[in-house]
Formats: sequence, C-alpha cells, structure tokens
Amino acid sequence: MTETVSAEKNLSAQRPILFRYALLQLRDRELADDAVQETLLAALQSASDFEGKAGLRTWLIGILKHKIADHWRRSAREPSVPEFTQADEDDADTGQDEFFMSTGHWNGGPKAWADPEAALKQLEFWTIYETCQNNLPPKMAKVFMLRELVGLEADEVCREAGLSEANYWVIMHRARLRLRECLDIRWFNNTKQEKHHA
Amino acid sequence: MRSCRDISTLVSQGLDKKLSLRERFTIWLHVMMCTRCRNFQKQTQFIRKAARHYIDDL
Repeated sequence: MTETVSAEKNLSAQRPILFRYALLQLRDRELADDAVQETLLAALQSASDFEGKAGLRTWLIGILKHKIADHWRRSAREPSVPEFTQADEDDADTGQDEFFMSTGHWNGGPKAWADPEAALKQLEFWTIYETCQNNLPPKMAKVFMLRELVGLEADEVCREAGLSEANYWVIMHRARLRLRECLDIRWFNNTKQEKHHA
Repeated sequence: MRSCRDISTLVSQGLDKKLSLRERFTIWLHVMMCTRCRNFQKQTQFIRKAARHYIDDL
C-alpha cells in the first residue's frame, strides 16, 4: 500500500517536465495534459518496472512519446512541429566560428542590454523570441528546447538526442551564442525600429 | 589567461552542470575585467528565464 503511495508521489513529481515535453510537441495544453495523464496511468499500471528510479524520467518520456504518436495517428494530422526524432547534420557549422576571432577574443561580442526584464512583458518581444528560437538549426533547436524549455538535465538531453557530452557542450554554447545574437540584433540593440513602451 | 571563447564556454557549461570551485573562480576573475563576457553571462541567464516564460505561456 505505502509502496503505491510513494510510486504515485515519484510519478507526479515528474509531471511538470512531462507536461512541458508534451506541450512543446502538441501545442495544446489540454491535449498535453491528457497525454501526460495517460502516461502516468500507464506507468502506474506497470509500476514494478520502474524500481530502479535512476532512469525513471527517461522511461516515462519513452511512454509519453508513444502517447503523442498515438495522438497524431488518431487525429490523422501532421505534427505541427517537427518530431524530436528527426536528425539533421548541422554539426558542420561548428567548424568555422563567426563569434570569435582565431585568438579566442570576441568578434564583436555582447553589448549591454537595457532592462531585459521589461521585454518579458511585451508581446512583440515574444514574437521575436520565437523567431530567434526557430532560426536555430533543427538539431540545435531540439537540444536547446529539451534543456531550457522542457527542463531535462544535460545527461538526459544527451540520451534523448543521441549526443556525446562533448558534443552537448559545443551545441549548447552555440545555441546560446546564436540566440543571444539574434535577440540583440532584432530587439535589444535594434536601432532600425521603434519598439519600446507598449 | 583564458580567452573569451573559453570563458563563455565555461559560463554556458555552468548553466548545465555544477562547475568546480576553480572553474567558478576563473570565470569570476575574468568577468570582473571583461564587460563582454559579463554581458554574455547575464544575457544567457536572461535567456534561460525567457525560455521558461515562453513554455509556460504556450
């Protein structure tokens, strides 16, 4: 009896991350919530499988992926976002480096941003944010989203995306450099357009 | 003396794992003198916050 209670507790602690994972793919809070509930129920029904809880989250995400795939099959619609499983070979761009000189100094480099907190309250900022995020090469975007949107730990992202640890550090570094630069050009140091004070 | 490329790599890693005391000290010494790396540090923290807002409002 107490075992079931603690199993439920362990499972529900995973709920926020599962929800964000589902939301990112289904783009609908209600559908995401359903998928997570089905996942947790399926997990409870085979509770004996997750005794070694080290890989609990990976196991749950495995179940969740099936639920999401089921949803797309039922609705006979194409996923609105590319599946996380898609591969691409944009690792090539890690060779040349537009952010740093050969000496390791910044090429240009981050200028100050005035009052970034205020941007969070502006609708137009979020359009820009989304554009910048979507401008990342697909695999980089996936790694970034699993880490920063879903909130998986680095080693979990590596498992999810089939990356070595060394690769992970390179990709996340570049994702942050790119996103930062894009936000800088399109929003924070954008001199072309008036945007402040909504 | 570490380069800005190295420091920004460490800063980025610091968002994804716990750095050693030595690594944190290296960053700290560097950003005291380097505005651009300091901006990178602040702005990547901001991006993390923005990312979380983004998914919460999706």
